[in-house]
Amino acid sequence: MRHALQAEWTSMRGALHAEWTKLRTVASTGWLALAAIALTVALSAVVTAAVNTTTGSHQDITKLSLTGIDLGQAVIAILAVLTITNEYGAGMICVTLAAMPRRPTVLAAKAAIVSGVALAAGAIAVLCCLLVGRIILPANGFTPAHGYALLSLASGPTLRAAAGSVLYLALIALLSLGIATAVRDAATAIGVVLGLLYGFPVLVQLVSDPHWQRRLQQIGPMTAGLAIQATTNPRGLPIAPWAGLGVLAAWAAAALLAGGLLLRLRDA
Amino acid sequence: MTGTTTPYRSDMRAGRDGFAQLLQAEWTKFRTVRGWVIGMVAAALVMVLLSVLSAAGDRPNCAGRGGCPSIAVGPGGEAVADSYYVVHQPLDGNGTITVRVTSLTGLLPPAGGAFGQPVPPADPLSAGRPGVEPWAKAGLIVAESTKQGSPYAAVMVTGSHGVRMQYNYTHDTAGSPGAVSTRSPRWLRLTRAGDTLTGYDSTDGARWIKIGTALLTGLSTTVQSGLFVTSPQDAQMNQHPFVTEGAVGPTLATGVFDDLSLQGARPPGAWSGDDIGGPEGGYPALAGGFHQTGGSFTVSGSGDIAPQVGGVESVGLTIDYSLAGTFAGLIVVIVLGTLFITAEYRRGLIRATLAASPRRGRVLAAKAIVIGAVTFVTGLAAAAVAVVLGEHVLRANHNYIYPVSTLTELRVIVGSAALLALATIVALALGTVLRRGAATVTTAIVAIVLPYYILVPALPAGAAQWLLRVTPAAAFAIQQTLPQYPQVSNLYTPANGYFPLAPWAGLAVLCAYTALALGLAAFFLRRRDA
Repeated sequence: MRHALQAEWTSMRGALHAEWTKLRTVASTGWLALAAIALTVALSAVVTAAVNTTTGSHQDITKLSLTGIDLGQAVIAILAVLTITNEYGAGMICVTLAAMPRRPTVLAAKAAIVSGVALAAGAIAVLCCLLVGRIILPANGFTPAHGYALLSLASGPTLRAAAGSVLYLALIALLSLGIATAVRDAATAIGVVLGLLYGFPVLVQLVSDPHWQRRLQQIGPMTAGLAIQATTNPRGLPIAPWAGLGVLAAWAAAALLAGGLLLRLRDA
Repeated sequence: MTGTTTPYRSDMRAGRDGFAQLLQAEWTKFRTVRGWVIGMVAAALVMVLLSVLSAAGDRPNCAGRGGCPSIAVGPGGEAVADSYYVVHQPLDGNGTITVRVTSLTGLLPPAGGAFGQPVPPADPLSAGRPGVEPWAKAGLIVAESTKQGSPYAAVMVTGSHGVRMQYNYTHDTAGSPGAVSTRSPRWLRLTRAGDTLTGYDSTDGARWIKIGTALLTGLSTTVQSGLFVTSPQDAQMNQHPFVTEGAVGPTLATGVFDDLSLQGARPPGAWSGDDIGGPEGGYPALAGGFHQTGGSFTVSGSGDIAPQVGGVESVGLTIDYSLAGTFAGLIVVIVLGTLFITAEYRRGLIRATLAASPRRGRVLAAKAIVIGAVTFVTGLAAAAVAVVLGEHVLRANHNYIYPVSTLTELRVIVGSAALLALATIVALALGTVLRRGAATVTTAIVAIVLPYYILVPALPAGAAQWLLRVTPAAAFAIQQTLPQYPQVSNLYTPANGYFPLAPWAGLAVLCAYTALALGLAAFFLRRRDA
């Protein structure tokens, strides 16, 4: 029994190592990670520079500072999609599966590596976003005098929003990987992922029934997942922060399961 | 070396490599990939399905006001607001009505509605502040009848747009500028001669300046003539970062008139007041009234005599509402347009394609024509079905849909199909330049779909309008059905369905992007090895 576990771990370690080498040695990985960070921080900077305190009710400055995630997730999705579709495109998948015939192990290793990259890029992006917010927002009047504390990870809700946003990006990467494994084509996969992410917010606008709006926001991967960023007015949220992230995790798990099953059942 | 050798020429007849053959080749490539054909059908289906679903989920937006008001239709066939207070007498045949206006004052709803809530219409003036709506109107009117939507011509002073002559709801001519007050009153005159009405204004009651004429074809002999006052709802822009809201509430205006004279045949009788439309007249309005002391009339009115416009408080929906599913269709056709070229690179088929037809520009043109035409035809069918079905479902749910001309409806359907086709060609061209499926699809979606559907509802109106001028998303203007009227104050923002560019101009922006992308694609296709 112990021996079997050890063998399992050895093969997993080998798979992880292989996947990391494949991802690390492709030029596009670095550029995409960089682009994800840059776009996230850029959008957050633009948003925080555009807001001011004169516009009414109390604003959620943590959420505002993390707006860039809306855009950065698209790049993380590309990165995750490419880790598997590049293999299909180049025929590399046959080599991979010949070397590691246990297909679930391959997918698990890919999932671990790609979510690790997303976590790392996400952590840098989120920290930069909060820093940008901390620097820019007080200049726009978001000062303690107006009832806005400086953005700080020492405050519980902000820490939750920041950590949650990083996790959000990792889950987006897993969702994208699962879908890409199922459809095997980069263009189709990214179309499905972006349709799924941005489609729900659009649907919410199209439906005028408040009950359905709320329902759609609760099941949409982006609308539910980003509830984790809210730090004020918890009652106004369609879904509780961690529950929302749980919805996204369920989407990611379902996508990975579907991808894993299809990977097992089909010829490469 | 004396003689020359004849270069080798094959005896075989060259195969035909005309453009028609290229088109046929590309069409064969498209129709024989099952996934693409299914994808194209799916694009049409999701477009129709989402449109019908969003229409079915809609509740009548006038449910809270005790049923849908009946909305009047003007002589031009457009939905109109026709709510005002009138002090009138019948006029038989030709005649002239003259009056002096000495004051126009009013009441506005409280400043700045609460964040997230338009000013509630119930008793909005209890906390009202004095002020005149820029398009509050007080003056003379000659109307076919006191029925809503009847043909009319009117000369009026306005809150801050000087004297105007307006007729049949959509026509507006400027007279002398300046506001009216007891120190600087205005004399107004409206003359009827058959079907022709002529408006005049004067600052001293002696020298009259003609403003314009209105031809009201088929005006009956007996018409209603008199004084009217009305004041449209107050449209304030509440701008928050990433949220733009309109606070809208009804207003009231009061005009003071004297020196009233009506020359012409009329049955005996006194001046009588009528609240046309009123609170249930299809336009948010307050109750009006009048009182007469000697030769002086004080008339209060609320509402508007103007075409209906869309917006926060609009009572109806536009037909483009049933094209809500366009975004889903767009995403699918963008993927298909991308695959049409990137699949060739991935499989190495591009080398066979270019070997068979070495003139690369023509290959690109053939691909663009084939995928564009297929998308256009699919989009046309989907848009037509979506509009017809969506309208049906919306009507069945007791929603009011603004009437539009068949030509406009046709423009919206054909334009939406063109929008889909152009988006596909942009994706094809981008795919030729980038050669990578994921990057191409993301770029196309971010450029075409994201600005309109994600950013425009979230951004302040100014930024949203800028986006809808310069990005390919400008093409969504082709789906706008209600025209913008300078003489009707409203929040003409993208969120309310008003685009900064005219419909075809918006589509032209996308055409320009398509041409640019195709140019780049042709350049790179020629300069790089496949």
